[in-house]
Amino acid sequence: MKTLMSHGKNINLIVGLLILSAFLLLMLLSFFYTPHDINAMNVANKLRGPSSEYWFGTDEFGRDIFSRIMKGTQTAFFVGALTVSIGVVFGTLIGGIAGYVGGWVDEVFMRIMDSFMAFPGIILALMLVAVFGPGIVNTSIALGLMAIPSIARIARSGFIQHKEFEYVMAAKLIGVKPFKIMFRHILPNVSSPLIVAASISFAVAMLAEAALSYLGLGVQPPDPSWGRMLKDSQAYLTSSPWYTYAPGISITLMVLGFYMLSNAIRDIMDPRSN
Amino acid sequence: MIEREKLLTINHLKKYFPIKGALFKGNAGQVKAVDDVSFEIYKGETLGIVGESGSGKSTLGRTILRLMEPTDGEIIFEGTNLEKLRTRQLVEQRKQMQMIFQDPFASLNPRMRVGQIVGEPLAVQKMLTKAERAEKVMDLIKKVGLTKEALTKFPHEFSGGQRQRIGIARALSMNPKFIIADEPVSALDVSVQSQVLNLMMDLQDEFTLTYLFISHDLSVVKHISDRVGVMYLGRIVEIGDKKDIYSNPLHPYTQALLSAIPVVNFENERERIQLKGEQPNPSDPPAGCAFHTRCPLAFERCKLERPNLMKQSSGQLVACHLYEDGTHNTKDTSEDKILVLQH
Repeated sequence: MKTLMSHGKNINLIVGLLILSAFLLLMLLSFFYTPHDINAMNVANKLRGPSSEYWFGTDEFGRDIFSRIMKGTQTAFFVGALTVSIGVVFGTLIGGIAGYVGGWVDEVFMRIMDSFMAFPGIILALMLVAVFGPGIVNTSIALGLMAIPSIARIARSGFIQHKEFEYVMAAKLIGVKPFKIMFRHILPNVSSPLIVAASISFAVAMLAEAALSYLGLGVQPPDPSWGRMLKDSQAYLTSSPWYTYAPGISITLMVLGFYMLSNAIRDIMDPRSN
Repeated sequence: MIEREKLLTINHLKKYFPIKGALFKGNAGQVKAVDDVSFEIYKGETLGIVGESGSGKSTLGRTILRLMEPTDGEIIFEGTNLEKLRTRQLVEQRKQMQMIFQDPFASLNPRMRVGQIVGEPLAVQKMLTKAERAEKVMDLIKKVGLTKEALTKFPHEFSGGQRQRIGIARALSMNPKFIIADEPVSALDVSVQSQVLNLMMDLQDEFTLTYLFISHDLSVVKHISDRVGVMYLGRIVEIGDKKDIYSNPLHPYTQALLSAIPVVNFENERERIQLKGEQPNPSDPPAGCAFHTRCPLAFERCKLERPNLMKQSSGQLVACHLYEDGTHNTKDTSEDKILVLQH
């Protein structure tokens, strides 16, 4: 807490947290309440502009855009969280073992990671979706797989650096098991770049989800997703621009929030900043 | 000399590091960090190892504990050949051998509390209950001169000397018989150095510990050691009782090293033996005696033949062709040699 307070003047931290907590509140609220039923069609009111009743206007079926944006935060956070969990858990495990054990294990693991990196992420996602069917979980798994290599690289470099430190040698002499040395001794010391990487990949995952949904491969209708809304609004770009603004600005703000937060985390955790 | 019990015997220990060559060229040679080192350590004594940086002192310590795999040679601890042990047996055996590290900032995990750090060895052994463990940790912390408030703090809240005390407490919590101290005081202020050294000596008496004390500081080694070994370029050039080495150094390198100790005595200023050049590259050590490139007394044979450690009449073992016959009357001739050296 003390460290947090001393960074009270960190603009990135304040703005990032403000944006993200606003979205988080919207998401929590959307579980219990939305101004309108998100799927209730009302053709008489289609493509209305923003008003006191429909804050962000209505779409081509007369559904309330604000309610659908609210519900869409659930999708965005779910995809982000699942993607980052997969990426961080497996990335840390693979990178940690590769870095700590070294030798041929390192070579094999990292060459596999390289081949992952060489493969375009969207193509892999398309492939997985084509095989296992579209949907939010499959999309997240595909994106999570793509997040593994970069996190593994970061974890590996940290483990390589720290395994030579004397506190690790002391732990070996005591007889601590290698797995425990890796995850109880080294991991807490290399976690800050991993946390930064995780928050960045959260933002990347949301963008990728929007892109996949835009292509019609992510979230399936009638479930709301920002990317899908962006796609649907495209046809009405000239006549009803507000329809595009709402999901577009939401995506931008959310990604910006995560980038600012990750910047702030990096500044706070950097020992040189103290 | 009374026959003393050997605790640790090192036979022809070697540790070579391969140098990675350019792409596709394979190995470009090797650094002989420890090159055919043999010595014994007796129970309850302190053997000091001195040498310049890069002479392989630290590698020697780490190889003895098999923190690095030796390239060749034997390490016999209480009759057990560590070289032949499997990992699990090695971990068991190593519990009796602990290490105190040079850098008091890198040797303690910055994310663990002191209580955890000191108590971890006990937790790993799983022999004590939680309450017994807490009691033992408390006991150790007091032994090394810290208070119980220290237990809940993080390492960065302590000074270098205090951290070194924590490191000592951690090593002691394993109840070791043998401790390798790798430059334990060289990162500390001079005033704190003596406190830590005295603490180590007190603990040695209390727990009947045996130390291998690695340092580049000759006065520190003189203070704490019973016997001293001098290393140069991965080899031991002279080893023997402290009083012999310090009062009557035989190897030209030892003589030069000792003459470099600063003395506070302006009236009786000593002549310093200045060595020319730098320590040769350990990946390409000179043939014959490794020291011949800088030795003022080197002759033809030194360039061709590597001298072996030979027992001298004065007691110590020296690897130098000047004393090859072993019957050398050390007092007179070494005076001559020093005279020669000074010119």
